[in-house]
Order: sequence, then C-alpha cells, then structure tokens
Amino acid sequence: MDLIASLTVNGLATGMLIFLLAAGLTLIFGLMSVLNFAHGGLFIWGAYAGVWIYYVTNSFLLAIIVAIVTGLVLGLITERLIIRPVYGNHIQQILITLGFMLVLQELIKVAFGPDQKAVHPPAWLEGSFQMGDVILIKYRLFIIAIGFLLFLTIYLILKKTRIGLIVRAGVMDREMVQTLGINIRFVFMAVFMVGAALAALSGVLHAPYSGVIYAEMGLEFSILAFIVVVIGGMGSFTGSLFAAILVGLAQAFMAYYVPALSLAVNMLIMTVVLIFRPQGLFKVKG
Amino acid sequence: MSSLLKLSQVEAYIQQFHILHDINFEVPKGEVTVLLGRNGAGKTTTLRTIMGLNPVSKGSVVFKNEDISNLKPHLIANKGIGYVPEDQGIFGDLTVGENLRVAMKREDQETTERLDWILDLFPDLKKFWKKPGGQLSGGQKQMLAIARAYVNENDLLLIDEPSKGLAPIVVEKVMETILQMKEKTTILLVEQNFLMASKIGDRFYIIDDGQTVHNGLMGELKQDKALMKKYLGVS
Repeated sequence: MDLIASLTVNGLATGMLIFLLAAGLTLIFGLMSVLNFAHGGLFIWGAYAGVWIYYVTNSFLLAIIVAIVTGLVLGLITERLIIRPVYGNHIQQILITLGFMLVLQELIKVAFGPDQKAVHPPAWLEGSFQMGDVILIKYRLFIIAIGFLLFLTIYLILKKTRIGLIVRAGVMDREMVQTLGINIRFVFMAVFMVGAALAALSGVLHAPYSGVIYAEMGLEFSILAFIVVVIGGMGSFTGSLFAAILVGLAQAFMAYYVPALSLAVNMLIMTVVLIFRPQGLFKVKG
Repeated sequence: MSSLLKLSQVEAYIQQFHILHDINFEVPKGEVTVLLGRNGAGKTTTLRTIMGLNPVSKGSVVFKNEDISNLKPHLIANKGIGYVPEDQGIFGDLTVGENLRVAMKREDQETTERLDWILDLFPDLKKFWKKPGGQLSGGQKQMLAIARAYVNENDLLLIDEPSKGLAPIVVEKVMETILQMKEKTTILLVEQNFLMASKIGDRFYIIDDGQTVHNGLMGELKQDKALMKKYLGVS
C-alpha cells in the first residue's frame, strides 16, 4: 500500500510538471493553431534563469518569479518575431519553432555553460512526511499543490471571466470572435505569453525535482507535453490535466514494475487514443 | 436618402479566385436592404468583405462616411456593425448565456434592456440559458446568432441567410423577429428565400457572378417576373 501511495505521489508530481508545460501548449495550439516546438526552449530558459537567481540569492520564491518573468518576456519575443510571420502555415511553424528551440538550447550553453547543474530543493521544502507507512516527499507534494492551484486558477478564469470566455471562444472560432469586436491578435499574444510563463515555471519547478538541469532537457520534456496535448484533446485545458496525470502515473508505475516499458507506455497510450478517439479524450466543439 | 453603408466598385479574391468583380450598392439608414442572387453569385463574400474577413482588392467600403476597406474585423465591428454569418458561428462549448456574454461589449443598463428585449422575442434562449450552444437545434442556433449580433448597440446588422436549413415554422419566427428589429436598426440581409426577402426587404440588389446587376424597391421586383426568373430562378 505504501509503495502504491509513493508511486502515485511520484506520478502526480511528474504529471503536474508535464501539465504546466502542456497547458500552455494546448491553449496556444487550440487558440492560435500554432505548433510551437520552441515550447521546450521556454521550459529550459525558465529552469536556468530561475536556478541562476536561486544560486545567487538563495531564494526559491524569487527564482520562481524570475522564471515566470523570463517566460513572459521570451513568450512576447517568440510570438512577435518567430510565430507571427508564420501564422496559418504549419510546415513553416514546425521548421521555424524547432529551429528556434535549438537556438534557445544553444544560447543556454553560451550563457550558462554546457555542463549540467545540480539543484537542490530549498531548505523549507527538503525532507519528507511520514503518514503511517507512507513516506511523502515534501517537494513532490509542493509541486502537486502548485499544479492543482494553477489548474484551479486558470480553470476559474476560463470558466467565469469574460476574458476566459473570449479565449475559449477563440479556440472554437477565431473569425467569429473578431467579428464581435475583439482583437484576437492581442488575445493570441497574451495567451502565448501566459503559456510561455507556465512552461518556464514548469522548468524551474522541475529543476530541484530532477536534481539536475541541462540544456537538452527542454526537447525531451516537450515531447511528453506534445503527447499529453494529443491525448487530452488539442485545445482542451482540462484534457491536458487529465492526460498529464495519466502519463505521469503510467510512467511512475511502469518505471517500477516494468522499467523497460516506462518510456514506451506514453507512446502506447497516445497510439490507443489516436486509434479509438483521434480527437483526444476531451474534444473542443466548434 | 441618407446612406449608412456604401460599396463602390468593390473587387475581392478568395485565394487566387476572383469572386467579386464589381459590387456597388448603398444601404439607406433605417431600412432593410436585401442582397439576392443565385448560389455562388458572391453574396456571402460581399458580407465577409464588408466585415474585413476577405480583403478588398479594389474599390471602397464606406460606413458612416468613413472608409473601412481593409480595416481589421474587430475594428469594423467596433464601428457599429453586427454580423450573423451563414453558419451562425455559435461557440459550441459555451452555453447560451456565455455566447451572449462574450459578445456584450458593455454590461450597462442599455445593453441589459436590449438583451431583455431580444430574449422576450426568443424565449427558447431563456429556457436553454445554461445549455451548450452546440446542443441547440438549428433554429435555436439562428436565434442565438441574431441575439448575439443585436445585443450591442450596432448601427447596422449584416445577416447572412437566416432561413437556411430551418423548418418553415422557425423561418416564420425568424422573419417576425427581423421585422421587429427593423424598427430599431438598419439591416443588410442576404436571403435565398424570396418569400421571406420580399416580406422583410425595402429595397434589393441582385448580385450575379460577383457584380451588382440590378437594384430597386422590393415592390418593383415582385412585379418583374422576367427579372426574377432570369437572376433568381423564381417564376
């Protein structure tokens, strides 16, 4: 029982990190129909910028804030300079964002050096709780709490506010939203920036979780995020949470019981979903 | 005759296809102007071009004495033009109430009064307030699309084929509503249903192969059987 609980916490924590990355990706894809392969680059820049501040100030809270600001600024630059010229052309989007991803990755090596960096959780998040026979690692619980809190906040914004309704309406029919007098380009930019900030936040939270950061981890992690977007349903925010938790749990349990299949299991889930429900688990209706 | 909207020698393309060749018409304030023509004549493209959804390649679109050709759609909408597209453009995952809330530029007394007025005309929208737009019937979707365009204080409404695909009884209801809206706003209507168009419209323009080929008062058209047969296939 304690093993199941431990694996579940691990899976949920991994799922939440993937969710933070995938949430931005799914909103960007759903609203803007943009395949952003540079999303992983925003993830690593969030991780490195945050960790650098963490090294300098020893404040993890400041590290989180700097990572979010880095994500917002990079999101603005990416949307205006990289994405805007290729709206509506998926082939160009894939090529240019993949190229930009590599640029962001190499710039990390230029700015911070090519070596891996070790990262420890802040003192107040180190250690664990014991509940019965189950040992719960504090930092993992912190990630789960942050993930759920952010999901709830964004969910309520999307469901209850007019700006949230506009974003959801834009995912369904961009043209119609414009004819209601709403500047969809501005909404695009704002959503892109928020998506980038979520990716950067995911990066900085991931750093103490994995204990090490390196430039190539953005691409590795963003593949998981793409899998989650496909499973959850392109453009579905709630779908990305469910799919991220599913992927996180599947990976955690497989890594323990059938380690050889731990990476393949996500591909397997995606394949099954694509065969039986190609629109994803949560379909957005136009 | 004071004209609210005027199109002069408008040409437009969809991708490489030259759809509008020479569109010229005026929409007088306070009237219902109907664009008639066979399928594929360019009526829907004309409305989309006015809304800025298709670029104007030549000519001008003047609204309230201001050239709005090639302005962005949201700027055109904010100048006071409401749009009901042919496919209704309902946001399927949003409820009826949310569809209307997205459209409402203000939530003041005047907007609330307009909303109440249109909901009185379409009680189904009140009844299904919390139902997702995607689950409404075709007629209810049309009612929602019209209500959404009407809820803001627009000077002009562009309505594209409101009777399309609807049961006759629903068409009657939509027609009655447009007749009542006519008292409050100016309307440019695209309509294939000649009976409906002739009951609602004050004047007409016939579009054929991307050009305006005839215009006049609706009463005159009803008398001109040859014209109706030639361009509209109505005998």
